[in-house]
Amino acid sequence: MSRLDITHLTKSFGALKVTDDVSLTAEPGEIHAIIGPNGAGKTTLIAQISGQLASDSGRIALDGRDITGTSMPDRVHLGLARSFQITQTLPGFTVLENVALAVQARHGSSFRFWAPVATEAALNDAAMRALTEAGLEHRAEARASALSHGEHRRLELACALATEPSVLLLDEPLAGVGGEDAEAFVAALAAMKGRFTMLLIEHDMDAVFRLATRVSVLVYGRIIATGTPEAVRADAAVRAAYLGEEEEASA
Amino acid sequence: MTDTAAPAAAPRAPALAGRVKAAAILFVLFALFPPIVTAAGDPFLVLIGTRILAYAIAAMALDLILGYGAMVSFGHAAYLGFGTYAVAILSSYGVSDILLQMLGAVLISALFALVTGAISLRTKGVYFIMITLAFGQMAFFFFISLSAYGGDDGYGLSQRSTLFGTQVLENDLALFYATLAVLIGLFALCHRIVGSRFGRVLTGIRENPTRMEAIGYSPFRFQLTAFVISGCMTSVAGVLLANQAEFVSPAFMSWHRSGELIVMVVLGGIGTLAGAIGGAVAALVLEEVLGMATDHWRLWFGVFLVLMVLFSPRGITGLVEQIRRRK
Ligand SMILES: Nc1ncnc2c1ncn2[C@@H]1O[C@H](COP(=O)(O)OP(=O)(O)OP(=O)(O)O)[C@@H](O)[C@H]1O
Ligand SMILES: [Mg+2]
Repeated sequence: MSRLDITHLTKSFGALKVTDDVSLTAEPGEIHAIIGPNGAGKTTLIAQISGQLASDSGRIALDGRDITGTSMPDRVHLGLARSFQITQTLPGFTVLENVALAVQARHGSSFRFWAPVATEAALNDAAMRALTEAGLEHRAEARASALSHGEHRRLELACALATEPSVLLLDEPLAGVGGEDAEAFVAALAAMKGRFTMLLIEHDMDAVFRLATRVSVLVYGRIIATGTPEAVRADAAVRAAYLGEEEEASA
Repeated sequence: MTDTAAPAAAPRAPALAGRVKAAAILFVLFALFPPIVTAAGDPFLVLIGTRILAYAIAAMALDLILGYGAMVSFGHAAYLGFGTYAVAILSSYGVSDILLQMLGAVLISALFALVTGAISLRTKGVYFIMITLAFGQMAFFFFISLSAYGGDDGYGLSQRSTLFGTQVLENDLALFYATLAVLIGLFALCHRIVGSRFGRVLTGIRENPTRMEAIGYSPFRFQLTAFVISGCMTSVAGVLLANQAEFVSPAFMSWHRSGELIVMVVLGGIGTLAGAIGGAVAALVLEEVLGMATDHWRLWFGVFLVLMVLFSPRGITGLVEQIRRRK
């Protein structure tokens, strides 16, 4: 469990300020949810925190250590993992191979050229544990390209888990997952609460209010409110900017 | 947690074991080649066979980065050239042992691959192809300007390399089987690399570099390592080729040659190792046969290649696997 501190982070695409002076903290073990309308800049923020995108200014610190300038792979080795809103898999690999590769990154050198990797029990066992946690163990031998949408979401989660994160950034893990499936997924995430720190981006408000310790609301690249789910739900500015729209839309 | 929409498990990628079997069959056929052509009264074909085996080594080495690493190097003939000139230059300094010459070829190739690969890998796609081509041409023109070794005209070798102080390689049969042994040894090495931790990372980068970075891998160092390994292996083929031809010239490293290596890999089916070996055989046999039949063989070879790519994008390997499935 680590602590993530983000201070005065910015990012512009041309004239468009997508991340506008964002400061937030994820306390060790908490699930800090980030909600906001489409195009608010949530994915961009995750990309900046994970190191996929360089920030224009600001600072990102993991347990007090400045990681603003480090690469995405280096951040993974420091315990910062992420999942993608748009699934990223190795399509020609099996599900197990996808996850075993994530395990391998954290266990021993990958500059081994002779011994067959397919039979490395330690890698496969750890990969199976991550798959079981993500609810995908029954598809271990399937090719990633043959998975359904819901299964792809679980593979995303399993890969992130397999890197043994201390901070996990989840970008809409439930996107496109419906009904009972979403229920099970939320339960799986709830079971992990407290094992590592989570920054959770999610549109599903039921899931957010069930899981989150705290919620931040991002609108046009700015954090307009941070607090407990109850406090945020009651916040007038949030209702006006975001929740209100949702309620109207669903009414 | 069940997904009703989940399609049934797709068939696994054609088993690696099948590829080993295909390679083993090829190796047995190669081993039988000299006695057959000798019995048929065409012993000079053994020398052509040696040439084919040397190119098979180069094509297989290229497949390691092209097929498994998605790095289309259009300058790989440079390494063939380093191998051939290692023989010429080292022999002229009295170093005639083939193993030492291979060592020299590998060292210079590792250095060249390390420097040019580190620069080329900063680019992607068609830019990578162009920049490797440019480096290949730089090596080509360097040897053209090397007047002490004949420049443009090339340089005839007074004798073949020695092995453990013997002249055994002067015998065409011995050279053939030595080349075959190197091919088999390097196939085994490539096969192990592909199935190793390193190979899995390399293939993963080919599949999706973003995913690989997100689980903690920097693609660059793995791609560069593979690039260097491939270059070194190709230079070993060059050492054997110089002995086969008893002649070295910059022609071994022209960009046509780099293109031919790519053609061999694609023709055989990329990312299969055994396919590259088969592709080298097919390309060179076609070249010989069509070359005897018509002056316009390049045209007919082009037609063949177009048909092949259209009807079997996965090359000869794809064709063979299709036929076997139908049975
Ligand atoms: N690489 C880019 N270049 C230019 N504009 C971009 C780029 N990436 C994102 N944007 C823009 O930045 C804004 C924020 O995008 P982002 O994907 O971060 O939003 P989001 O909050 O994740 O949205 P969603 O809820 O739809 O996932 C959008 O207006 C988007 O068009
Ligand atoms: Mg998004």
